[in-house]
Amino acid sequence: MKVEPRAGVATALEVRGLSVELGKRPILVDVALDVPEGGWVCVIGPNGAGKTTLVHAIAGLVPRAGSVVLFGRPIEELGRRERARTVALVPQLPAIPETFTVEQYVLLGRTPHLGLLASEGRDDLEAVASALERLDLGWAASRRLETLSGGELRRAVIARAIAQEASLLLLDEPTTGLDIAQQLRVLELVEELRTARALTVISTMHDLTLAGRFARRFALLSEGRVVAEGTRAEVLVPHVIAEHYGARVGVIDDGTLGWAVVPLSGPEAR
Amino acid sequence: MSVPEAAVRWRLSARARATALGVVVLVAAVLIGLLVGPVRIGAANVFRWLFSFGNAPPGMSEQQALILADLRLPRVIVAGLVGASLAASGAAYQAVFRNPLADPYLLGAAAGAGLGATIAVAYGPSGALDLTVPAAAFVGALLGVGLAYGLGRSSLGGRATTSLVLAGVAVASFLTAVQTFLQQQRSETLRQVYTWILGRLGTTGWDDVRLALPSVALAIATLWAVRRLLDVIEVGDVEAQSLGLNVTRLRLVVVIAASLATAAAVAVAGLIGFVGLIVPHTVRLMVGGSYRSVLPLSVLFGASFLILVDTLARTVIAPAEIPIGVITAFIGAPFFVVVLRRNGGAGGLKKRVRSASGSPPDGREAA
Repeated sequence: MKVEPRAGVATALEVRGLSVELGKRPILVDVALDVPEGGWVCVIGPNGAGKTTLVHAIAGLVPRAGSVVLFGRPIEELGRRERARTVALVPQLPAIPETFTVEQYVLLGRTPHLGLLASEGRDDLEAVASALERLDLGWAASRRLETLSGGELRRAVIARAIAQEASLLLLDEPTTGLDIAQQLRVLELVEELRTARALTVISTMHDLTLAGRFARRFALLSEGRVVAEGTRAEVLVPHVIAEHYGARVGVIDDGTLGWAVVPLSGPEAR
Repeated sequence: MSVPEAAVRWRLSARARATALGVVVLVAAVLIGLLVGPVRIGAANVFRWLFSFGNAPPGMSEQQALILADLRLPRVIVAGLVGASLAASGAAYQAVFRNPLADPYLLGAAAGAGLGATIAVAYGPSGALDLTVPAAAFVGALLGVGLAYGLGRSSLGGRATTSLVLAGVAVASFLTAVQTFLQQQRSETLRQVYTWILGRLGTTGWDDVRLALPSVALAIATLWAVRRLLDVIEVGDVEAQSLGLNVTRLRLVVVIAASLATAAAVAVAGLIGFVGLIVPHTVRLMVGGSYRSVLPLSVLFGASFLILVDTLARTVIAPAEIPIGVITAFIGAPFFVVVLRRNGGAGGLKKRVRSASGSPPDGREAA
C-alpha cells in the first residue's frame, strides 16, 4: 500500500564481488547477482552451498567484502533503520517468543519505523492489522504464538516482514517443514503480495518443483559460487542439477500437469 | 481491518487494568508498611498524619510522629525502591541475556558489592559515617559488573551473551576469593560484613533514601523507556539486527541501567535473593512475555512485594528482626511453585523461545 513504485530504477539488488568468510572459512566467493525490481529470484543449491549466508549478507547482517547495492544505493550508506525499512528478512529458523501474542509479534516488524523511544501509533497498528489480514491471521491476533500450528507460525513470521513494509523481501527456506497445502499457501501469498505491493522477492528453496513454479529467475549456488544463473529453462535442467547436487533427476513439462523436477532413483525407478 | 484494531484497544485496556491493579497493590502495601510495627499507632492516626504532611496531628504523640517520619516512612520507601530495582533489573537481564534464570547479580554485582563492603569495614576509618559501607558496596558492585562486561565483551566475538555470563562467573569467583582473604586477615570484620550481606533494612533512614533514589530513578526510567526494544531482542540478535536494532548498544545500555539499580539496592539493603526472578516471572505468567507489560508491572509488584515482606520481617519475631532475604525466599519459593503449577507446569519457565521449523509446538503435545 505504502510502497511507491520507483520509476526509473530497474534494479532492486545488485551484488558484485561478494565474498564472506566465517571463522576463516570462505562461505561465499566472488558472488554476483542482479535482481530486477518486482522480480522473484530463487537461490537454489545443495545444503551448505552458502544460501543462508548470501541472504544474510544482502540484509547486511554479516561482515563481507564486495558491494551490495539496494535500489541504487550501496548498503553501507543506509543506516540500520533505513536498511531495515528497505530489506525484510524471514529467517529459516526464526526464534519464536512463545508467550507473545501474534499481534505483539507482528508489531516487532514496525521497529525500523519507530524512533528509539517512540511508541506505536495508528499507522503502525494499521500496518499490523493489514499484514495480519493479508496472511489470513486476523482471527489469531490475540492468540499466543505457542498455540499456532507450524503453517500459521510461518505465516506470522511473514506477516512480521510484511508489516516492516520493506520493498525487498528475503525468504530463507519459507516452506521447510510445512505440508504440501501449507507450502502452496505460503508461496501463493508471497506471489500475491509481490504483485499487490510491488515487492521484490529473493527466496532460497530446496523444493525445485515449487521453486520452478513460483520464481522467475534462478541462481544456483555451489560451494559458495554462483555456478548458473538465468531462467528455469537455463538453470533447472537435469545435467546442471546432477552436476551440483549429485542427484539424478528428470524434468517433466507436460501440458496438463505442468512443470516438475522428479527424482530418478529409488526403488520405483529401474 | 477494524476487528484487529478494536482488539488492540481492548488489550491496551487490559494492560491498563493490570497496571491499575499494580498501583492499588502498591498503595495498599505502603499503607500496611506504615501501619504495622511494634508501636501501635492506629490507622486513623496514620491517615491524619499523612494528610497533615508529616506534622503530628492533634491526638498523636510527638514520639508516634517521629516513628512514622524517621523510621517507618524511609524504611517503606527504601524497601519499595529496592524491590522495584531488583524486579526491573531481573526482568531486563532476562531479556538481554535471553535467559529466564538471569538475575540482577548475574554479572558480579553481588560479589563486587561484598568486596567493597568488606574493604570499607576492614580498612575504612573507624567510626566513619554510616554511609561508608553502602557507598563502598555501590562502587564495588559497579566495578564488578564493569569488569565482567569488559572481559566478556572482548572475548569470543559472536556468542556475546554466553561469554558475558561466563565472564560474570569468573569475576564473581575472583572477587569473592579476594573478599574471603581479606576477611581472614581481619576476622573481626566477619560479623559486620555478614550482617550487612543478610540485609540491613533494620537501620534504614533518610540517608539511605538519598543514596539510592537518584540511581534507582535514573535506572528505572531508562529501562522503562527501552521496554519496547526489549521485546525486539526476544527474537534473537540476528533477527533483531534485521529489524534495525543496534543490539550491542541496547545490551550495554540495559546492563548499565540494571547494574546501577542493583548496585543501589545492594548498597542500602544487602543481598536479597529471589526478587529479581520471582517477580518478573510471576508477572509473565499473569500477562504474557511482552516487556511493555512485564517491565512496568515488575516495578510496581516488586516494590509492593518487598514492602510487604519487610513488614513481615520486622513484625514476626518483634522486637527482633528476621533477615529480609530469608523471608523473600521462604515466602517466595512456595508462592512461586503455586503460581507455576496453576499455569501449566514447567512450560511457564522453560526457555520462552523455540524454533519455528515446522515441528509441532512441544507444549501442545505434552499436555
